[in-house]
Amino acid sequence: MNGPQSRVCLVAAMVLANASLVLVASAGPTVRVDPMNSVGPRPVEEQTQSSILRDYLASWQALNKAMSENRSDLLDAYFVGQAKQQLTDTVREQTNIGIRTAYHDTSHHISVLFYSPEGLSIQLIDEVEYEITIRKGEQLVAARSVRTRYVAVLTPTESRWKVRLFQGGA
Amino acid sequence: MRIWAHILALLTAVSPFVAGQSSELQFPQRVVAGTVFSVPTSGSGEATLYIVGPSRVLQRKVRLGESIAFSAEDLHLAGPYVAVLTSGSSSRVAQFNVVASPAPAKLSFLAKPSRLPVNLSNAVSGVVYVFDRFGNLILEPQQLSFELTDSTGRKQSHAAASHNGVGWVRMNSGAKAGTATFAARAADVHETRVIQQVPGEPCTIRMAAHPGRGQRVVLETQPVLDCSGNPVPDGTIVSFSESFAGTQSTVDVPLKRGIAKTELPSHPGAVISVASGVVMGNEIRWNGGL
Repeated sequence: MNGPQSRVCLVAAMVLANASLVLVASAGPTVRVDPMNSVGPRPVEEQTQSSILRDYLASWQALNKAMSENRSDLLDAYFVGQAKQQLTDTVREQTNIGIRTAYHDTSHHISVLFYSPEGLSIQLIDEVEYEITIRKGEQLVAARSVRTRYVAVLTPTESRWKVRLFQGGA
Repeated sequence: MRIWAHILALLTAVSPFVAGQSSELQFPQRVVAGTVFSVPTSGSGEATLYIVGPSRVLQRKVRLGESIAFSAEDLHLAGPYVAVLTSGSSSRVAQFNVVASPAPAKLSFLAKPSRLPVNLSNAVSGVVYVFDRFGNLILEPQQLSFELTDSTGRKQSHAAASHNGVGWVRMNSGAKAGTATFAARAADVHETRVIQQVPGEPCTIRMAAHPGRGQRVVLETQPVLDCSGNPVPDGTIVSFSESFAGTQSTVDVPLKRGIAKTELPSHPGAVISVASGVVMGNEIRWNGGL
């Protein structure tokens, strides 16, 4: 299993099990998801659970690709609003400086914290580990493993859930 | 060999940079967004500092041995950052987090729905995300207050605390139709939304009948009100039905200026009823106006 499809399968399996699980795919990160039974104030329907996780995990791939290729257009599919603006600014800064960064996520531990009464926003927290690689031209400047906590707020759009707020170091 | 070993040892002592190695850079682990701070460096010569995170990327030329100063605007977006100080093929690395400043400066307030009937329980919801002046979500709990004020000035208040940057409330719609204001406040920051409270379903319908011209009966309701005394909006359909000799005829009439009025054929002995939606009004047995 490679790429986004493998992540989708992971998510589906986890949601069906409705429990906190750790699964490892050959190409994707380890993903652990806490049960969403007690998330409020709106219950998270099963289909929403899998959509949220699929789209959130895919947003990390989009982030990695946009930052490593310095292409902000690759953010459009998964980010919106403030998150998209900030990441777009970062891509522009990277381009100006002449660096590229890769964010290769290796593990996620996701807990959904809040689903708004009208279903218009969902907030999750993610204990994430990733490898960041910084290159200037073809030269490796640094590589580092980072373990941090991200807070993300996703909102529904016509096609999928998109990340509206993406704040690390929480 | 021994001479080279001495030279290498001397270089290591003088300069923190050793070819091909990384060592730590003395950054604070946690920086509050918008804080002025500085980071000491050691050694001599010039180096390049990179600060890299998904939220921000910086590059600076620095002189080793001097402190690197950061202004309030340099690192104001919350997130994890990696700092790399490079000189030649050597580098020092640090990792640190920028966190939101604690003072609320902006609220993202979503109130739903924007239009609803009066007197509904827990029908209005408000969700607030609390941000600092840089647009970072403030994760520490903040005291929030919500206030829903109807068109007469009557208020409902509710206090809540934010958790992980978000707080929410559910409130009842007020008794009085009209424009209501829904306000959320955190510290001295507030946001207001407007909600239109519209009358509910008719509470009761009373009609009267009197003879009209040419064998017609004129039917007219009293002003149609909801159960809180608000006039039901014009355009609401009121149905008049007449049953006579096994046949029934119905006329649907929109409310105009709060009342519904129509004419039906006058059949002495007919039973005439009125309704709107699921609300039944009174019934009249028409005697021809005698």
